Amino acid sequence: MIAEHLPALQVVVPLAAAPLIVLLRHPGIAWALAVAASVFAFGASVALALEVARTGVISYAMGNWPPPWGIEYRVDALSAFVLVLVSAIGALVAPYAWRSVAAELPRAQHYLFYAVYCLCLAGLLGMTITGDAFNLFVFMEIASLSMYVLIALGRDRRALLASYQYLVLGTIGATFYVIGVGLLYLATGTLNIADLAARLPQIGGTRPVLAALSFITVGVSLKLALFPLHLWLPNAYAYAPSAATALLAATATKVSVYVLLRFYFTVFGAALVVDALPVSEILIGLSIAAVVTASLVALWQANLKRLLAYSSVAQIGYITLGVGLATRDGLTAAVVHLFNHGITKGALFLLVGGIALRAGGVGFERLQGLARTMPLTCLGVTLAGLSLIGVPGTAGFISKWYLVLGALEAGHWWLAGLVVLTSLIAVAYVWRFVEAAYLSEPPAGKASAGEAPWSMLVVSWALVAACIWFGFDTSFTVGGAQRAALLMLGGAP
Amino acid sequence: MTSAQLIAACLIVPATGAAGIALAGRWPNLREGVTLAAAALLFACVLGLLPTVLAGGVPQLFVLEMLPGIALGFRVEPLGMLFALVASGLWIVNSVYSIGYMRGNDELHQTRFYVCFALALAATMGIALSANLLTLFLFYEMLTLVTWPLVTHHGDAEARRGGRLYLGFLVGTSIALLLPAIIATWALAGTLEFTPGGILRGKASGPVIGGLLALYMFGIGKAALMPFHRWLPAAMVAPTPVSALLHAVAVVKAGVFAVVKVVIYVFGAETLAGVRAADWLPAVAGFTIVAASIVALRSDNLKRRLAYSTVSQLSYVVLAAALLTPLSVAGAVFHIAAHAVGKITLFFAAGAIYTAAHKTEVSQLDGIGRRMPWTMGAFTIGALSLIGIPPLAGFLSKWMMFQGAAQAGNGMALAVLALSTLLNAAYFLPIVYAAFWRAPHEGDAPHGEAPWPSVAALVVTAAATIALPFAAAVPLALARAVAG
Repeated sequence: MIAEHLPALQVVVPLAAAPLIVLLRHPGIAWALAVAASVFAFGASVALALEVARTGVISYAMGNWPPPWGIEYRVDALSAFVLVLVSAIGALVAPYAWRSVAAELPRAQHYLFYAVYCLCLAGLLGMTITGDAFNLFVFMEIASLSMYVLIALGRDRRALLASYQYLVLGTIGATFYVIGVGLLYLATGTLNIADLAARLPQIGGTRPVLAALSFITVGVSLKLALFPLHLWLPNAYAYAPSAATALLAATATKVSVYVLLRFYFTVFGAALVVDALPVSEILIGLSIAAVVTASLVALWQANLKRLLAYSSVAQIGYITLGVGLATRDGLTAAVVHLFNHGITKGALFLLVGGIALRAGGVGFERLQGLARTMPLTCLGVTLAGLSLIGVPGTAGFISKWYLVLGALEAGHWWLAGLVVLTSLIAVAYVWRFVEAAYLSEPPAGKASAGEAPWSMLVVSWALVAACIWFGFDTSFTVGGAQRAALLMLGGAP
Repeated sequence: MTSAQLIAACLIVPATGAAGIALAGRWPNLREGVTLAAAALLFACVLGLLPTVLAGGVPQLFVLEMLPGIALGFRVEPLGMLFALVASGLWIVNSVYSIGYMRGNDELHQTRFYVCFALALAATMGIALSANLLTLFLFYEMLTLVTWPLVTHHGDAEARRGGRLYLGFLVGTSIALLLPAIIATWALAGTLEFTPGGILRGKASGPVIGGLLALYMFGIGKAALMPFHRWLPAAMVAPTPVSALLHAVAVVKAGVFAVVKVVIYVFGAETLAGVRAADWLPAVAGFTIVAASIVALRSDNLKRRLAYSTVSQLSYVVLAAALLTPLSVAGAVFHIAAHAVGKITLFFAAGAIYTAAHKTEVSQLDGIGRRMPWTMGAFTIGALSLIGIPPLAGFLSKWMMFQGAAQAGNGMALAVLALSTLLNAAYFLPIVYAAFWRAPHEGDAPHGEAPWPSVAALVVTAAATIALPFAAAVPLALARAVAG
């Protein structure tokens, strides 16, 4: 009975936890509810992924209104994969948040954080699971609005400005998206994604359809921080509370990439997007610009959180590069990197949260000699940093492997060269941290208070271990990504 | 134990040894005991594999499938067997030496030093026993990363600079050149398993082969082919035991080992011999041999001179492998062992001189042979072996290389080998002359030999340099098996 409604419960449980938290208000209860809801969501997504692996596609009709009239929740190889990533990060960050939020937020705001956290998670999961283009917009707004709040909760006053910047740009993005969906509705008379996919080929590349494609591309690109639409991201990541940054960095942009993939390859179809239009060329060009400039900018940041934020812009460039290649290996690279970068950045931002707590900040001047007082944290950052570089034996290597392979098989050997050369910039910025933490003297009289709290360490290290694990055992990541790539290119259900 | 278990033990023993060293960090004697026990046990495991390999067997161990169609796996063939034997055998001697050196110089962070050392050996074993390019690449990168803390051991500005060069060159070349080469090989051949005869045979056209060869040869930065050799002299800021075992044996030999592996098992001698685009390799290797020898000649710092000598000697192996005749390939393989015992002796001596007399420059060594007769005696033997004086180990490999070059009809290679022998003599013999026949400087503080573990170690490796040609049956059998 319950198993049958898992697609709905996946979203409804965290969504319902939010008002409950606001009603109860007690920080401890709020935290416990958030943990319970996010752990449930994780369990549900794993169950759904197993079910999808067995049966193919799950279609769930909301309120028994059959699609395309009612809202359909649809889980396939691609959405199941993204659901697992989002809910896993959600379930890890929630327990971590206890100590981190206690240290960074005034007690009166704790319940607010957890309520918004649950809302954000529900929004992101909803965006991934829904099979309805307008319902996706609704969840996008839920996720975005809660993100604005999460960022604004940061104790630095600049968090307000960062939140406001993101609010303006995020609203433009969402508006563009909904304009695009509106045009599609005009052209086809349907909002159901599967139905859109069935009807669009009959219409072909007419002006309204092309306009819709353009609006959706720009709108979603703003959300996923594709260069040069990434300007909101560095401040948002840098000034949000640590737990919020980890959630955002590991999931929010990834879900937006998912939306882009869904529209390009399911709704519009590779024939229109890749073959008839220069979308590939534009995406590859912008991705290269993202990877090169953001990596170089990251190198010069004076603050570890900002460094990692710019690194995220660069890594998103690798993902969109894979999307732009639009071959089987390219899409595999995009999807697998979506996951691998999610866990890598998640691990890094969680560890950085521990540093912020103990060292009182994450400017490079506070990181000098940090390995002496926080050896486990620094080792974790180093290992996750290796995954960011793409050293073999880490998850990041697997992504790079498929990205280079995809570029070579598409005949773009120069692109393969560019991918490996830009990884070298990642070596440089990761090693800035390593040198500061391991080879510098700690500043006199400003020794940090020791290792991060164990609850934060355990969660962070779980993700660090995942970065290593998925560098060796790739049956879940590569297997899932290859199934998703096949699905997008129309090879399987 | 089955041979698969022995392979696993070769990786697990040094890895758990590292953990044990970390746990025993507070009790130095226990800690060094763990290091010695792990080294001895590792050597025993490697020796356990030897009879099977000599009998023509190929022990294998499949761990898991890392990527669809590409396994994390190990397969012991003669070349890997020889490399593993050399590295694990010398780890025992080097550990004894380290105890004398590290204590004699009151070095800090000794636990970290021994932990990284054990991890470096685990990575070296992984490289030596790897069954395919991906496994080799995994341990190759691991070796760079775990030796970085050893290079930057002193933590000062110079160590930091050395560490940057080390990482920049090794990680830079491996990610920018070697990784694309491996991925391109996978795309072309559909396999990465080392296969006699080569996996690229008939899979690519001449120019592609030539391009790939360049990516591989320069991408394997650990082989220190010019212009990617600068990391090796930079790595000399490390404590001398690191320079001795890692930067004269394990790390650099991992480089030339990978070069030989790639030439024989990825391209295949036949494929390369038929491709004009591969002809540049002997020339580049020859240039490296001569140019590095000239730099060595002009270096007053002893460790720097030894480092450039290593750069030059590594290219012997590359040159000999590139000549592609059975004798030259056997010479290349044997030189991996011969250069290892000779050069480690020289570094041991350099470290002993630093420990006992705090001297680092060649020009300071006048008359030191009288105060440190054992050390300088061993130094002389190592130097003569590297020059190629019979009957020492280095003579045997040079002999095979000369014959191979003659067989290949490569006049350039013959000339390079002859010229570099002269250069070797020119940069080694003056040190020996000054040490024994010149009068000591006025005002030198009196000193004797270094602590006994260090002296014992260098005597053992010098003895090995003498004994290797007489006990050459095993290494030669392995070398011939590689050359087919």
